[in-house]
Amino acid sequence: MAGLELLSDQGYRLDGRKATELRKVQARMGVFAQADGSAYLEQGNTKALAVVYGPHEMRGSRSRALHDRAVINCQYSMATFSTAERKRRPHGDRKSTEMSLHLKQTFEAAVMTQLFPRSQIDIYVKILQSDGGNYSVCVNAATLAVIDAGIPMRDYVCACTVGFVDETPLADLCYAEESGGVSSLALALLPRGGQIALVQMDARLHQDHLETLIEAAMTACKCVSKVLDEVVRQHLQETSVLSR
Amino acid sequence: MLKSKTFVKKTRSGGVMKVVREHYLRDDIWCGSEVCTECKQDSTVLQKDACIESSLCPYPHYLVPDTNVVLHQIDVLEDPVIRNVIILQTVLQEVRHRSAPVYKRLKDIIHEQGRHFYTFTNEHHRETFIEREPGESANDRNDRAIRVAAKWYSQHLKTPESGPDGLKVVLLTNDQSNKLKAEETGLAVYKFDEYIKSLTGNPELVDCLALSNDDKNEITSSKVLFPEHLPLSKVQAGIKSGSFLQGTFRASRDNYLEATVFVQGEGEDSTEVLIQGLQNLNRAVHQDVVAVQLLPKNQWVAPSSVVLQDDGAAKDDNVDEDEEEKVLTGPLTETARRATGKVVGIIKRNWRPFCGMLNVSQIKESTRHLFTPADRRIPRIRIETRQASTLAGQRIMVAIDGWPKDSRYPNGHFVRSLGGAGEKDTEEEVLLLEHDVPHQVFSQAVLSFLPKTPWSITPEDMAQRQDLRHLTVCSVDPPGCTDIDDALHCRELENGKLEVGVHIADVSHFIRPGNALDKEAANRGTTVYLCGKRIDMVPELLSSNLCSLRSNVERFAFSCIWEMNHKAEILKTRFTKSVINSKASLTYAEAQMRIDDANKNDDITKSLRGLNKLAKILKRKRIENGALTLSSLEVRFHIDSETHDPIDLQTKELMETNSMVEEFMLLANISVAQKIYDEFPESALLRKHPAPPPSNYDILIKAAKSKNVMIHTDSAKALADSLDVAKVDGFQYFNTLLRILATRCMMQAVYFCSGMDSDFHHYGLASPIYTHFTSPIRRYADIIVHRLLAVAIGADSTYPDLMDKHKQSALCNNLNYRHKMSQYAQRASVAFHTQLFFKTRGIINEEGFVLFVRKNAIIVLIPKFGLEGTVFFNSKDKASPSLVFDEEGPSLKVEQHTFHIFDQVKVTISLDDSNIQHQKIRMALTEPVIPGVSVPAPEAEPQAKKQKLDR
Repeated sequence: MAGLELLSDQGYRLDGRKATELRKVQARMGVFAQADGSAYLEQGNTKALAVVYGPHEMRGSRSRALHDRAVINCQYSMATFSTAERKRRPHGDRKSTEMSLHLKQTFEAAVMTQLFPRSQIDIYVKILQSDGGNYSVCVNAATLAVIDAGIPMRDYVCACTVGFVDETPLADLCYAEESGGVSSLALALLPRGGQIALVQMDARLHQDHLETLIEAAMTACKCVSKVLDEVVRQHLQETSVLSR
Repeated sequence: MLKSKTFVKKTRSGGVMKVVREHYLRDDIWCGSEVCTECKQDSTVLQKDACIESSLCPYPHYLVPDTNVVLHQIDVLEDPVIRNVIILQTVLQEVRHRSAPVYKRLKDIIHEQGRHFYTFTNEHHRETFIEREPGESANDRNDRAIRVAAKWYSQHLKTPESGPDGLKVVLLTNDQSNKLKAEETGLAVYKFDEYIKSLTGNPELVDCLALSNDDKNEITSSKVLFPEHLPLSKVQAGIKSGSFLQGTFRASRDNYLEATVFVQGEGEDSTEVLIQGLQNLNRAVHQDVVAVQLLPKNQWVAPSSVVLQDDGAAKDDNVDEDEEEKVLTGPLTETARRATGKVVGIIKRNWRPFCGMLNVSQIKESTRHLFTPADRRIPRIRIETRQASTLAGQRIMVAIDGWPKDSRYPNGHFVRSLGGAGEKDTEEEVLLLEHDVPHQVFSQAVLSFLPKTPWSITPEDMAQRQDLRHLTVCSVDPPGCTDIDDALHCRELENGKLEVGVHIADVSHFIRPGNALDKEAANRGTTVYLCGKRIDMVPELLSSNLCSLRSNVERFAFSCIWEMNHKAEILKTRFTKSVINSKASLTYAEAQMRIDDANKNDDITKSLRGLNKLAKILKRKRIENGALTLSSLEVRFHIDSETHDPIDLQTKELMETNSMVEEFMLLANISVAQKIYDEFPESALLRKHPAPPPSNYDILIKAAKSKNVMIHTDSAKALADSLDVAKVDGFQYFNTLLRILATRCMMQAVYFCSGMDSDFHHYGLASPIYTHFTSPIRRYADIIVHRLLAVAIGADSTYPDLMDKHKQSALCNNLNYRHKMSQYAQRASVAFHTQLFFKTRGIINEEGFVLFVRKNAIIVLIPKFGLEGTVFFNSKDKASPSLVFDEEGPSLKVEQHTFHIFDQVKVTISLDDSNIQHQKIRMALTEPVIPGVSVPAPEAEPQAKKQKLDR
């Protein structure tokens, strides 16, 4: 049996996109009233919910507090119904812990933590439906939630995955592509300055191709940032109209 | 851009799982036609005046074939007459799913610019995408999708300016219900064979049509001849439970009613199952993967020793099989019985197009004929053609379409004609095809990666290479060689030591990894040398020009330079990419003359003498280490320059300079092997020659014993030594004969990847490690070795596949296969030219030696021609003489005379062309005279020969 043809000769991918095209991104901010900030984001069939509390005083052990900046606490989880086969435990497994750590690192680079010494910011992200690119969707959703919470950031953090097939980088992989043996790379970018907040890659890739791949990922991230920017402006308009 | 989603449910083992995939629909997929003004496409594929002369569709039209048409009629679609075809994505995907080879061929057609095949991505087009309706099967949905797309095209192309005779779209399908439904929607739709038959300009295409299902019923009687094949699910269950065995079907070359199935067991233990009789063979064809069921032990039989060919007139299907089977049952001894089975199912067909000839049917008007493949292991194939009279006497290619259970022969269709049988070009083509040698001209894609001509060395190139142009480098090759891949130099250094350099053409500089040129070369694996013809591995521009180290031009080389003392001990080894300028291209004879001519004292000659001196020391050392010098006779034809027919034949002579070049090549190969293995212990490409199992030597030991000579085979060294001292007074040729025999005992040397094996020893050369480095123009293995070495010395960058031991090992398998096939093809070519030679000679009397003794024959070697032939003592049409075979001798007593190995005999040689497909050399004994066996006079000879003598 032949495997899936990830990129046809005509340049179309499995789901009909071209190599550089992203999936459809839809997002809403301020979905919860109790939280300080919240957002819901769909990227194709991957759906994530992000909630932000803080900055507030340190909870739990106060000893973890840092005297010059805020501590960012991230928790990543996946709903049991989010994947094709039902998950046993929604969070706390190895993969989730690793993902939480990645999110933490990403946001430590983006949030202006030095403004809130000795305090804590909590970011909770939950994947409701998983169809590839979980990390990047979480980052994008969390960015919106942080903005919704009014916490100052250097810039939007936008993330995107890219894969490498037939010498061509594919932007924003879906699950079928990710599982089809593509070496994929996830990248989080601060688009205005072009700084990279996090790059993560597990697969093998020849060094010569790395540059083109990162290039493609950065372009994709910039596209995401445009969408997010629009969502934020839209949201601001709505809320300010109401408050007027 | 519009977006929609489809929900697909899939079940996998164990449970039901819902898979949701996105499916984007687009409005920027263009139709690809020149006529269209709406689509904003950059380039068009489909032509405006798409005309094929067809009586059904007189208007210009595009063809839309459905999946089954593509799958079954790919031979017709490949014909250049068929142009302007729209391949729908639905069709392409289905084909990909169902048959990889057809998919590959289809893609090749699509990529060919002149064919105007366009792939329309209908599944993602907003207007042609359809969703599967409840209750609709996947196939029905696909058929509907094809109809919808065809409909869309016909409306889309209906522009105001194109009148009623404007472009139309013609749907081709073989499915009756599909056709009806399409007609309802007002589409132009034809059955594929209807359409092809309507092509008035090209009636010959009809023969390429594969027989579709409903035709088969006409062709055969209703009587069921074969048991039904089991469905795959049952076969798999049977294999799992152990009641069936899975293996490769290997038909017997000599007996069409017999075959073996080779069952690959775990590790070393593999078994062979014998299959006898048409019923048990059950329509399996050579090389198929089949499932066999073992018969109960009391039905086991022994392999028959009868030679049986399926010839004569086409047997009707209702022929009495008992008659055919009877011949098989011979006397059965308990010991000879072997595991016997029957084929119950076919797991994978391995049909390829077969070369052969047509047996024209006796009935003049008949359009059905039998086709006899050149390969005896393939059954005869029934084909339908109207051009039988033209095809008779030609070599043709035929593909099998199927083998229904009520047909004695498989059904097939004509693919193409190769030319008249017996003609040189045709026969060469046949032997290339039958040995699976890729010999097509290089495609445009491959040629596009060649360097631009005129080519010159740029300063950047110079900067990366060492300039060795000042050295007195020269090359020594056989006469007429244009692909020179090695050159040598030797000079004395100031410190009194000698510097020796081997310069190898730097092919890897021109062939970059992964491009089409590289892939093509990797597939071809080796250049194949036939008599008077060369099938290149890389395009000629590289092989005979840019890479070839010709004299007095600047060429890139990969150099291996040693510093040696006068005892030929290596003090220092250095590898570098370089630029050289060869001072002379010599032949072996010229080089020898220079060395011998005491008056010559120029640089080239001095260099040659130095090399020669060192080579002798090297050779002595190598032989002391236990390297074998074996012998095989190679013949060389003198070819007439006008007719290209062989006019004379001589065995190749070996000169001192041959071994001089060889010695340094071996040294370079060993040095490089060591270097790349040190650097890449996991992924070095090496070559090994396993030691043969002791039993292989039995024949050699026995043969030598008959002349009271002892041969020791405990080690290569012992063998080499005992071969050296083996001499019989008054029999000079004895030693050569022994060496020829020893060669036959050896194993094949193979390429392998160092990470996948632990035994690296090269038995024949007595070297612990070996590889091929010195002929990158004609061997792909050398290109890989060059790349590895270049990485090792930091001259080039690496790439992933080079370091992947699994990919490397897969490549080795292909190279070994190609290497083996090219040797077979070479031998077949020599055999064919020998036949041509004897055709013009009539009958020749020659002296020869008995090389082997068999139960009913002796095998005679004629040293003058390097020719080997069999003299049979029993023939079909006359009583055989009394034969007594002694296995221990081995000797054969015919009437009063006893033949031993190495006996000198005299034979007559002639060409037996009674069977035009399999011409062969026939030998008959003239001395010693044995009444009733030898042939002092024409009367005693077989039929074919008598006619010749009379002439």
